[in-house]
Amino acid sequence: MTLGFLIYKIIFVLIIFAITLLVATYSTYAERKIAAFLQDRIGPDRAGPFGILQPLADAVKMFMKEEMIPSVSNRMLFIIGPGVCMLTACMTGVVIPWGPAMNIGGKVYPLQITDLNIGVLYLFGVVSLGVYGIMIGGWASNNKFSLLGAIRASSQMISYEVAMGISIIALVMTTGTLSLGQIAADQPGMHWNVFIQPLGFLIFIICAFAETNRAPFDLPECETELVGGYHTEYSSMKLGFFLFAEYINMFISSAVISTFYFGGYNMPFIARFVHDPNWLAVLGFVFLFTKISFFIFVFMWVRWTLPRFRYDQLMNLGWKILIPLSILNLLITGGWMMRSEILHFFIK
Amino acid sequence: MITTYLFYLLAFLSIMFGLMVVFAKNPVHSVLYLVITFFTIAGQYVLLNAQFLAAVHIIVYAGAIMVLFLFVIMLLNLNKETEPHKSLWLKLSATIASGLLLVVLVGSLKNAGTIPHPANFNTNIGLIENLGKTLFNDFLLPFEVSSILLLAAMVGAVMLGKKSIK
Repeated sequence: MTLGFLIYKIIFVLIIFAITLLVATYSTYAERKIAAFLQDRIGPDRAGPFGILQPLADAVKMFMKEEMIPSVSNRMLFIIGPGVCMLTACMTGVVIPWGPAMNIGGKVYPLQITDLNIGVLYLFGVVSLGVYGIMIGGWASNNKFSLLGAIRASSQMISYEVAMGISIIALVMTTGTLSLGQIAADQPGMHWNVFIQPLGFLIFIICAFAETNRAPFDLPECETELVGGYHTEYSSMKLGFFLFAEYINMFISSAVISTFYFGGYNMPFIARFVHDPNWLAVLGFVFLFTKISFFIFVFMWVRWTLPRFRYDQLMNLGWKILIPLSILNLLITGGWMMRSEILHFFIK
Repeated sequence: MITTYLFYLLAFLSIMFGLMVVFAKNPVHSVLYLVITFFTIAGQYVLLNAQFLAAVHIIVYAGAIMVLFLFVIMLLNLNKETEPHKSLWLKLSATIASGLLLVVLVGSLKNAGTIPHPANFNTNIGLIENLGKTLFNDFLLPFEVSSILLLAAMVGAVMLGKKSIK
């Protein structure tokens, strides 16, 4: 590894970090505009043209608000909670392939921070750690509503992780690799995994909604029952971190869904028109972001369309419907892959 | 060279956080220190090029088991008043017993010697492809038997969770 390559990696990490934050910031604006559109309102329109500066105004408001730490709280953990939430949200972007490799002056520059050969497991591990930020924050607040919100969040995430993991196993069986770069590269043109794993995709997207605590699974912050959920006691930018982490998670989940099931940076017929690999890389980046934007829109569309589940309904859906369905998906996938052997066994 | 320094750093951190697990007054702090200890041990696995083991270690221990620990401790809301007070004799005998165990462990490991480094050691053995091939070719029966063990534990947990058995 040369020094130039190291500098390239550092710059690339910073760019991805900046893009993640920018997309998350403007997701808050998009969420308000989409909510307004679905509810036949105008939405934010005061700050700048079409309210385009609204996220900036929100950020200033968040920073300027009074910082309150309850005197009965566990001070250290109270501060660590939102930080852990933000950290785990930002860590997942590392393994996502943002485009095919670029070739400048004879050197290959991959548009992926690191292509771990256990990328899928890394992703799953970081997602399973995401629950700590919420639990620590909720417990350290020393408030019954916060604790209940935190416990709801963690039990929900643990329950849906199982179905998510099994649907990922079925995907890994068909792709034969755990590296996200390889998974994206194996779906050229229209050979997207969603056509091979439709049921797996459905389970995965439902679990992604539950893991990001988005409606209709936003029970941890169910205001009619729990005041504000796990962040009841938080104010100022610490509250901002919790809310912001949700938007980053949404962005990363959309990126993961696009990479796993919708071909990542691949687009059908593009190889016929563009031959230069560098232009292909740039276009791939644009395609991936188009797909990500679409899935972020789906997240918001669902939030403002469906009502929230009741808690027992949530648990029933997770344990009694999604897990059996995902195991069925696993069996079908395994059976299909072994079809010639099975046929041979019965015909002989 | 850098891996040696990393090894010593990680070993120091895991021992330090392991001690903090024991010495922390608050049970929730203990659990969180234990989570950090698991991370340092996962770092050791990465140094041994056993990335799959490291990832599974994080997913299973830090991501699932410790969350359940935290869950239970938070719900129990342990504090000074509910803490059971053991008598002095019990504490003394526990200290002596665990000290004797330490002596036995040190004594048995002292003469174990260092394992010679195999000449043709395959450094890629910990990668998922090799691990899978080894598990499903050489150790198929133990692997399947351990999966049945886990299944039995799951069935047992479901039976215990039932309110009444008809």
